[in-house]
Order: sequence, then structure tokens, then C-alpha cells
Amino acid sequence: MASKATAQPLSLKIASGAFLAFWCVLAAFPIAWIAVMSVKSPRDAFAASAWDVITGPVTRDSGNGLSFIDIALGLTFLFFAVRWAFTRLPRMVEQFSPPGFIVLGWLVGSAVYGILFVLIFFGVLPSVFGALNSIAGPLGTPILGLTTEHYVAVWAENQFYRNFMNSMIVTAGVVTISLTVGTLAGYGLARSGSNLAFWLLILALVFRALPHSVLVAGYLPWFINSAEILRPIFGDLSPTLYGQPWAVIAVLVSINQPFTIWMLRSFFQNIPSELDEAARVDGCSHFQAFRRVIMPVMWPGVITTGLFSFLLGYNDFLVTALLLDAQNQTMVPAIAGYFNRETTTTDQVEAVAAAVSITAPLFLLVMVFQRQIVSGLTAGAVKG
Amino acid sequence: MKFKTFFWFVAPSVFMMLLFIAAPLVSVFIQSFQITQPVMQQIEVETCTPGFLTQTCTTEIKTVPVIDGETGRTQTTTAWVGLQSYKNVLQMDKFWAAIGSGNWGDILQIDFWKALRFTLMYTLVTLPLVVGVGLMIALAVNNAAKVLRGPVIFVSLLPFIITPVIGALSIYWLFVGDGILTAMLERWLDRDIAMFAQAWTIELLIYFYRVWHVAPFAFVIFYAGLQTVNMDTLESAIIDGANRFERLRYVIVPHLMPLIIFIALIHLMDCYRAFDEIIGFRSEAYVTSLQWLTFDFLTPDDAGNRAISRAAASAMLTMIGIVFLLILPLRRTWRDHKGGAH
Repeated sequence: MASKATAQPLSLKIASGAFLAFWCVLAAFPIAWIAVMSVKSPRDAFAASAWDVITGPVTRDSGNGLSFIDIALGLTFLFFAVRWAFTRLPRMVEQFSPPGFIVLGWLVGSAVYGILFVLIFFGVLPSVFGALNSIAGPLGTPILGLTTEHYVAVWAENQFYRNFMNSMIVTAGVVTISLTVGTLAGYGLARSGSNLAFWLLILALVFRALPHSVLVAGYLPWFINSAEILRPIFGDLSPTLYGQPWAVIAVLVSINQPFTIWMLRSFFQNIPSELDEAARVDGCSHFQAFRRVIMPVMWPGVITTGLFSFLLGYNDFLVTALLLDAQNQTMVPAIAGYFNRETTTTDQVEAVAAAVSITAPLFLLVMVFQRQIVSGLTAGAVKG
Repeated sequence: MKFKTFFWFVAPSVFMMLLFIAAPLVSVFIQSFQITQPVMQQIEVETCTPGFLTQTCTTEIKTVPVIDGETGRTQTTTAWVGLQSYKNVLQMDKFWAAIGSGNWGDILQIDFWKALRFTLMYTLVTLPLVVGVGLMIALAVNNAAKVLRGPVIFVSLLPFIITPVIGALSIYWLFVGDGILTAMLERWLDRDIAMFAQAWTIELLIYFYRVWHVAPFAFVIFYAGLQTVNMDTLESAIIDGANRFERLRYVIVPHLMPLIIFIALIHLMDCYRAFDEIIGFRSEAYVTSLQWLTFDFLTPDDAGNRAISRAAASAMLTMIGIVFLLILPLRRTWRDHKGGAH
């Protein structure tokens, strides 16, 4: 709609463009900057001059540098790897996964791709580039300091992979259970016009507002003493809930329920009720109608809601920090451990590397699911 | 849908919410009037140190916890103490003393009131900023060329999905010590700056963090709302001679009003439980929030004790606050619902 009346003066266009550019820099800068810091030696990472942080002279002089050839070839490889992931990989997944197991196929496919990528990028390429650099003369001299030592320290020496595994367990549990429970409830609420449904939704809204610390204050005494409290019921098998990942999963699922059912309810309301009524006329019960008619068409809404459940489980600090012990700690509270012993600058850069490691999966997530996040947010809000 | 079917559909979800949200609430409420302490006993201990000719022995009376013979744990008793825990958290004596002496500033030396002041101000100051910045980004993106919109939305979403603690940390690292931005400010203002040595600079950074973190959320919602603005209304406004600002003020903003209320509601809920930013900015010594206060009570101290009853009291006080904050928007929803029903 570009009629003459709505056409904008140049100054407004420039101002709006400039503001947008400013916002993008503002949004990306802190995240991009910690990514840069994490691959420099401590002196470079906390250097006062921005140029030193980017080029990393100290890192370079200590023998961890990239030459012009490294950068050019590395970027080319990255470009093709990413393009391959978005073009050929989906086709291969669809071709090789048995029908009905497409989700499993994707999981296996992306895991294999990730392992191959790490092996080639960090295992094969450095030695190839090393050989190239030695014969290339001036093009082969390092110009950019870059080191992965902090990542190695974080993941291998500090056993961050354990925290990663715990995070994955908690997050996977939260997503699956809260979707299973939430889809049923969301469907029931969407199809029932009763007053009870309205009051349940309002109650859920109130629960949504509760600060999590209030709830955790309620769990903690019970969880610590649960073995004794449950003894009369379960005997000696009664578990101490404190420190158990599955107890945390149950807690996070419940905290997440209000949001999940609100969101899924609005999705189910968009699915015309004639669809399940037709199935009912054909003799299905409500559950059969749900399974055979609604389930095949509900995935877009479920995926979006699942993304938000993922974010909640993955990003949580308060609940996991208080209810899990050190052995079962997830990634986000584990990073707090770095502050406490952050005495040297090396520790600080390791903390930065850990932070970037936590952010990377989220980054991938937005890349793949951007459309779903946006449409989900808008569908949930606009339809109310 | 029959009630029975409806019941079975919502039962698992309602059961979980009752067990893990409603039940803990009741439990916290009860605990806030109780106090659980180890049973102490006084025993006489004789300590002897080697001395010349004879040992030097001293007897003293020590207070030690009673150990349960069977389990090897300390015995505890639970007693009803009424409002004692609330008094411990609120520290009303100090509060009245501060008012009595006329030093109003002293109130903010007390942990609870300090946290309350910050939490409320934080919630209310960032609210208009989030709505304003979100709206501005939405308008600007709506104005931009179609090719640019995808990448811009991608970049904009990053601050929103990033783990809150990490987001706060990433800003913290830009300013800590002689961090890159502190160094830049120092060069520009030609003076020494320590961003984390006084409360107000930390507080400003936390405000900035919150707007940075939540504005993308507001932006996405507003952006979707802008797609459904009625073009006919907009054109008739143009014909009526409304300028750009008037069109925004009288056509677009009223159209977005339900969304603005939605954002405000979510923001009130989320901002009031500010917690991750306190951890991320490590501002415990200067700026704390109500939720952090409860967290602090719940964290075991050096002796391994958790101040559960004080945590419960502070949690209940936090709850009262959120009820007050939400009562206005909820009343509005209620009136809308009733109005819609008639």
C-alpha cells in the first residue's frame, strides 16, 4: 500500500532505518562480544582497546593464530557446511528415516551431522591448514589470535559435559511431560465452554504470577525430608526428592503448566470444532476424536509451546539451583560456581566460554524455529 | 463436552498444579508461622590442657544440639511463633526508629525494605520503557524493506531467548573492571569509572538489561498487531488531515491497546520476580530484589542451616505485593468478562 498519502519523507525513512540499525547492534553486541572474548587469551579478552580484543595480539604471539588462508578456507568450509545442513540434510533425513519416525530421524541426523562437523572442523582441518600455512609464505603467517583452550578447559577439565547432560535430561523431561499433560488440558479447556473452564484459566493466570521462590520455599522442607515422610507409604524405597532431576522436572512442569494450557487452548480454539464433531458423528469417543483427528493437525501449536517449555527448563536458575545438589547440577546454576572461584582472569574467560556454550544451543534453536516462535507468540497474544 | 470427559482431559494438569503450586503455597503459609529449631541442651564440658605438675582443667557449660541416637541427626522441634518470622523479616522496630528519628533513608538500610524499594521501582520504571521501545522497534521494522525484516527479527529475538543469567552476565562483562565499555566511557569523560562500586550505576545497568531483554518480546507482539491495523481507518484519518503523530496516537495505539495491556500484565508478573539479574550482575551487596531475599534465606549458610521460616515469611510478603500489583489489571479483565457476558 504505497499511495502518495502514506509515502514517507526521506528524513523519517532515514531516522527509522538508523534506529533499527542501532537496535540491532544493541541487541547483538553483548552476545557477539562474549563470543569473541571466549576465544582469546585472558589478557586479550579483558584488554582496554576493542581492536586488541578482536585481533588478539597476545593470543597470536603465544602461537594460537589464524592466517589469512585459515580464515578464508575456514569460512568457505563453514558456508558450505551450513548450506548443506539446510538443503541436503533434510532430504537425506526424509529419505532414510522409516515412515512415522521422522522426529527420531531428525534427532539421529542432526547428532551425526554435529559429530561429523566437530570431527572435521576441529580434527582434520587444523592439520591440513597447518601444512598449507607452512608452504604459503606471507599468506600463511598468523594475523588473528584465536584459541579454543578455554572451551577445552571448560568441557574436558571441568566436566561441563555432565552439567550439559543434566540440562538435557531436565529440559527433555520438562518439554515432553508438559506438552503431554498440557495438550490434553488445553484441548479440554478449548472445547468446554463451561464456567469451570473459565475459572480454571483465571486460576492458572494467578498461578502464572507467583514468584518461583515462593513455591521453592514450600518444596524445600518436604523435599529434604521426603524419605522419612514417605516411609509409611513406600517403605525403604522412599526417595529423597532433594537432588533428584525427575523431582525438578515435575516442579518445572507444574510451574510451566499455566502458560502451556493458555497457549495451547488458544491454538485449539483455532482448530474448527466441526472437525472433531464430524469424528464424533462417525462414532468416535472424545479421546478417539482427539487422537485420530486433532493430533495430526495440532503439531504447529505444540512445537511452538514446546519451544517455550524448552526455554523455561533450559534457562531456569532459581529452581535448579535450590533443588539440585552439586552432582546433578544443570548448566546455568553451574556457571555460578565459576563466579565463586573467579580469582584469576583465566577463570573469568573460562566462565565466558561456559556462558557461550550455554548460549550456542539457544542460538541454533532460534535459527531453526524463528518462524514458529514469532507465529506462536503472536497467535497466543493476539487471539488472547 | 460432558463434565466427565472434560474432567479426564484436564485432570493431570490440574493435579500437577494443585500438588506443586497450590499445596506448596499452603505449606509456605503455615511455615511462615512456625519455626523449626534444633533442640539444644546445656552440658558441662571439662577441658584439660597439659600443665606443669598437674593438668589445668576448666569446666564450662556448652550449648550443643541433641543428637538422635537412632538416626544420628540433630533433633528438631517445631513451635508456633505467630508473626515472629514476619517481624524478623520486616524489622519493624528499626523501621519505626528510622521514621521516628526522621532519617527516612535509614529504612532503605533494612534488607526487606531495600529489596521492596528496588523491586517496585524496577517494575514500574521499566514498564513504560519496554512498551515504548518495543513499539518503536515494531514501527521501524514495519517500515523497513521486506528483505531486511527476517534478519532483523532474528537478531531482535536473541536478547529475548538468551538465558537471563547469561544475558545479564554478558552486559556485566562489558563493564566489569576496565571492561571494553567502561574503558570507552573513561576515555570519553576523562575520569576513572567503576561501574560496580556503587548502587546507582548497577541499578541503571539492571534497568538497561531488563529493557534489552524484554523489549523484543513486546516488539514481536506489537509487530503482529500492526499487520492487522485497519487501512481504511488509517486512510480516512489521512483524509481528515491527521498528521503522522496523530495517526499513531488516535488510530494505531488504540488498535494495539489490548496488546499493550497484555504486555503490561506479563511484564508486571515477570519483572516483579526479578532474580536472575541480581545473580548475573552480582549486585547482592548493593541491589537486591524480593525474590533474591527469599533465595538468600533458602540457601544454606556456613553451618548448613536454611532459614526456612524466614524464607516463608518473606515469600508470603512477596505474594502480597504481587496481589496488589495485579489487582487492577485483573479487575479490568473481570469487568470485561462480565461486560462481554451481558
